[in-house]
Amino acid sequence: MKKDRKKNLYQLAAWTWSWVATLAIASFGPKYIWDGHTFLTIFAISVNLANGILMIVANRNFFNNLDELQRKIHLESLALTLGLAVVVGLTYSLLDVTNVIVVDAEISNLVVFIGITYLICVTVNTRRYT
Amino acid sequence: MKNKLKVLRAEHSYTQEDLADIIGVSRQTINAIEKEKFDPSLPTAFRISQLFKLTIEDIFYFEEN
Repeated sequence: MKKDRKKNLYQLAAWTWSWVATLAIASFGPKYIWDGHTFLTIFAISVNLANGILMIVANRNFFNNLDELQRKIHLESLALTLGLAVVVGLTYSLLDVTNVIVVDAEISNLVVFIGITYLICVTVNTRRYT
Repeated sequence: MKNKLKVLRAEHSYTQEDLADIIGVSRQTINAIEKEKFDPSLPTAFRISQLFKLTIEDIFYFEEN
């Protein structure tokens, strides 16, 4: 059981890192590696998408193999993160649309926000049950 | 929900880690159950009761706050 959880965690980490790597290649490749070649750009984006789907499958396997308390901790964290991502994301977008903020609302900022929020929620929830 | 898990574990000289491995949960879960911060699922409660050869009601009981 414990071995399975560790294995799933390593698999999730591997797929996450490879997804980040393929995302970086798909983002910077057209400009710095293959000089805007359309076929290579589409290929890199497709590989990134396929990698992302496999990362989601690995995440689901990891989640399904957690024990009941860990699952509760992650579920509560996911619920809070999803709610905050929608509310804060739309507020951020609204600030941009109404020109209250001078910079453009970037999706990458929202991704960073989701990551940090989830990390904080998991840490706080883990402490609650310790 | 209250429980006697800590007492039973001590009587059988199990560490939290031992009990977690036998029941198939994490050590953190055993700790949370003992501190009554988390109520176990029915399958986990059954595994615990079978291990100590007691009924679920002998280990877990409901007490109004």
